[in-house]
Amino acid sequence: MSSVDAKFIDQSTQNINILKSEERREAVTIFGLSLPAVLTILIVVFLPIFWLSSLSFYNAAGELSMENYTRIFNSALYRRTFVVTFQISISVTIICVLLGYPLCYWLCKLPDRTAGILMVFVLVPFWTSVLVRTYAWLVLLQRNGIINSSLMSLGVIDEPLQLAHNLTGSIIGMVHIMLPFLILPLYATMRGIDTDLVRAALGLGSSPRGAFWRVFFPMSLPGLFAGIVLVFILSLGFFVTPALLGGGRVQMLAQRIESTITVYSNWGAASALGVVLLLLALVMIWLMNRVFGLDKLFMR
Amino acid sequence: MEQIEQRKIDGLWLTVVGIAVLFFLILPTLIVIPMSFSGASFLEFPPTSFSFRWYTAYFTSPEWMSATKTSLIAAIMTTVIATPLGSLCAYGLHCSTPQIRNTVQFLVIMPIVVPVILIAVGVFSLYAKVGLNYTLTGVVIAHTALALPFVIVTVMSGLRNYDFDQELAARSLGASRALALWTITVPQVKFSIQTGAFLAFITSLDEVVISMLVSGGDNATITRRMFNALRDQLDPTIAAISTCLIVVSVTVLVGVQLIGLRKNIDK
Repeated sequence: MSSVDAKFIDQSTQNINILKSEERREAVTIFGLSLPAVLTILIVVFLPIFWLSSLSFYNAAGELSMENYTRIFNSALYRRTFVVTFQISISVTIICVLLGYPLCYWLCKLPDRTAGILMVFVLVPFWTSVLVRTYAWLVLLQRNGIINSSLMSLGVIDEPLQLAHNLTGSIIGMVHIMLPFLILPLYATMRGIDTDLVRAALGLGSSPRGAFWRVFFPMSLPGLFAGIVLVFILSLGFFVTPALLGGGRVQMLAQRIESTITVYSNWGAASALGVVLLLLALVMIWLMNRVFGLDKLFMR
Repeated sequence: MEQIEQRKIDGLWLTVVGIAVLFFLILPTLIVIPMSFSGASFLEFPPTSFSFRWYTAYFTSPEWMSATKTSLIAAIMTTVIATPLGSLCAYGLHCSTPQIRNTVQFLVIMPIVVPVILIAVGVFSLYAKVGLNYTLTGVVIAHTALALPFVIVTVMSGLRNYDFDQELAARSLGASRALALWTITVPQVKFSIQTGAFLAFITSLDEVVISMLVSGGDNATITRRMFNALRDQLDPTIAAISTCLIVVSVTVLVGVQLIGLRKNIDK
């Protein structure tokens, strides 16, 4: 009897082991399905970035040194680039919040169907080429463009304003490109807020403004934060719009990296700038992943 | 009483701001459409005469046509490669342990938020070593890497909403894993895969920064040519090209929404 039992137990452990190893083998096979995509991304995106980053620690003679970094932080030209990059990124982020938050809040108070239709006004620009939208702004903001001509015919200004080919133009264009990136996560979060809580606050005697600031606003913060971080990261490394609307007068980090390579072929300095940009972006990505979860950002 | 007044004013203020922001978003996006039909030889808005001259200029220019062809081929190839690779990756990740899933998922989504200029400069230097700069293959590989995260994210979210027991049931009834995946799971996440494919197409078609460094010569993409043209002058031909690009994007967006609508009705 006991020997039969022992045999049975032996048999089942053996079975369990076989099943386990099969399961493991299957898990490996299944993970193997992910490999082509993962490898493509690793080889095309990450490998070259790491290789370039390592370049930044060598000087022109090929010795290990921090020369590239001391140079970019000591040169007035590069310092100016950092200042302008932060100035633009921060302004764009603040303007996006000021425009995006009221819009999302308003959309949230509308019936689902109406809000869904109005979201088309956000999604169409979002899916339209950045180049097309920058081109449109170049036309609108030019010296004899519609904005200047209507302001002049209204008598607001006598001389056309310099709107394109400078900092103002870059900021206006970038706000237009970045705004949907703030709206999408913020709106998703606001839609998920239980409005009964606001009603409860009102029922308990809170003023509408009090209910908004003390109940609704705090609950919308994760979405607002995700949007802010996203807009800020994308602005820090943005290339197309400032390159065209800045008219060469505005040099942000991305343009400086590009011109350092294509015009001066200085890979050391360019990669040092790249490392600084990468570190800034990584800190932001890490922060955002902790608060919101990177994958949730792009769900609709 | 005073509070109700206050509320009305707040509500009115909110509506005005909301509508103004929506117009701020949509008007500049669509303004190039009327501009592209202008008959004037310089850019003006509002246009004073109507003509198709800028479309004629676009469709009869060998340079613009060759660039359009390059971009379309690159976008189609990117879609054809990135959609199956990304979908398989999403399936693989969905079935692996949470630990692996979270790490790898973070890694593959990151290219969406890494500054494109860094990816572009990296790819440019990689291609310089293997001789892929200024080739169509190079553009397609780079665009595939850029499009994959979008496919992976959409398909993974589709898989999350799908009842995985159905595949297990099929397998317990004797279907092989591959057969169960193909006949049971794929049809149910078809909507996500299609959405992913659309995103891949648009990602490639609209991509500027990588194309600017990596494509060139006979293989210059349309975005590269547009960028260079815009640096010099405001050629109205670009209004016609932009209108075509908007039509493509909006068609794709409507396509995605329609599939979503049909899926909801089916349910």
